[in-house]
Amino acid sequence: MTTKDKYKKVAYYPGCALEGTGHSYNRSTKAVGKALGLDLVEVKNWNCCGAMEVKNVDPKLQTYLSSRVMSIAANEMDMDVVMAPCNGCYHNLKKAEYDLANDTESVEVVDKLSKKAGHKTYESGQVETIHALDWIKEAIGEDGLRERVKNSLAGIKVANYYGCMYTRPRHIFPEKDQGPGSESTSKPHFMDDLLAAAGAENVDFPLKTACCGGAHTLSDSDTSTKLVLNILKAAKMAGADVIATECPTCHSGLEMHQIRAEKRLGEKVDVKILYFTQLLGMALGLKPRKVGVHENISDSLRFLKEKGLA
Amino acid sequence: MRPLADIEIAIERAGVNPDPQAGAEQLLALAEEALEHWITARGDTPTDDEREGFRLLALHRQGAKGDPSFNACRETCREVAYHYNLIKLQPDAVEITDRLQMMGMVSNHLYLFISGKMQVAQLGDFCCSSRPIRTGSEAETLKIKEA
Repeated sequence: MTTKDKYKKVAYYPGCALEGTGHSYNRSTKAVGKALGLDLVEVKNWNCCGAMEVKNVDPKLQTYLSSRVMSIAANEMDMDVVMAPCNGCYHNLKKAEYDLANDTESVEVVDKLSKKAGHKTYESGQVETIHALDWIKEAIGEDGLRERVKNSLAGIKVANYYGCMYTRPRHIFPEKDQGPGSESTSKPHFMDDLLAAAGAENVDFPLKTACCGGAHTLSDSDTSTKLVLNILKAAKMAGADVIATECPTCHSGLEMHQIRAEKRLGEKVDVKILYFTQLLGMALGLKPRKVGVHENISDSLRFLKEKGLA
Repeated sequence: MRPLADIEIAIERAGVNPDPQAGAEQLLALAEEALEHWITARGDTPTDDEREGFRLLALHRQGAKGDPSFNACRETCREVAYHYNLIKLQPDAVEITDRLQMMGMVSNHLYLFISGKMQVAQLGDFCCSSRPIRTGSEAETLKIKEA
């Protein structure tokens, strides 16, 4: 089976953020999948991936939590691929996969907890975890996407923002940096490729993997606001109309601190913030509401109307 | 080394230096200085070595040793070096002032990242490959022994 075929039907792990602040990412991911004829089967009774909070207290517990999601996909749903659109979930499942392949203590802890929880222990290699970017890039590809575009994104200048977790740490992403066709950990480009295929003009954006200050949001909001403001200004300076995102933490941070920067620092930066799946969905002919633009905090509707997408 | 907070103002000034060549030199030095703060705070002596022709990259590597979460600014450091090269190697480029301003923003991001990590104890554990706040014996007790 080719990768293209393998990715046509995947286990979908939305994660907690996509049921909360990242709801429009959930909606747009599902809508794009449907429009492209891809099959998403949600992981049954999924749990938190362990995020940052659990990992900071006990990384092995995080490994277990992530392994349970993969175990359900593999052993109860007979799936080969888990697709996680959230960078945090994606990162944690990849980390768990790495730990279970390389650390016997992790294997023991996961086995013990899985038995106690009453489900089969996940074994390294049972599933492949991918991001929503891998999913569309591999299952459809740029040519396939180009053929399906109904409303080109032509005339929209995009700064693609990947955040810090999509590529780091490098060792948990062995499939990246494998030469032509593979994703790069230092200069990721899958989102750039997909949006370019949909007609967008990507700008040269030097902060595409820089920290958004997500984890500072509660403990030190001012630092987060300054980090976000710097990202917004750099995107604007690079000529972008829109910052495209692929992580719910980054996305909500950018949106919220854009407002906070205006209120607290008096600095307004007029750059729109949209999930890449929202842009792709509209390029595929879906209405803004179908991809959850109304659920975003910032208002992009007037801009989208001007560009003929709404 | 000037106080960390002064670096932000100096970066802002250097990013609009009417002499882009001098501005690029200043920004590179300021980015190095921000990294020196991080390294010094961890009890190390900032290296004078270079990597790929840049002390900045050697300092980043030193700062990330034993703290993989610091790699969240790896590409930011590389972008500072890249913009420095653009400005130095293409002094007659029409967009040189924009390049300097962008280098200023990238340097500012590095400064903000480092100052954020240094503000509150253990905030260094917040990002990408975060490490457990509890280590050693305390972590052992948390190993779900009740399970």
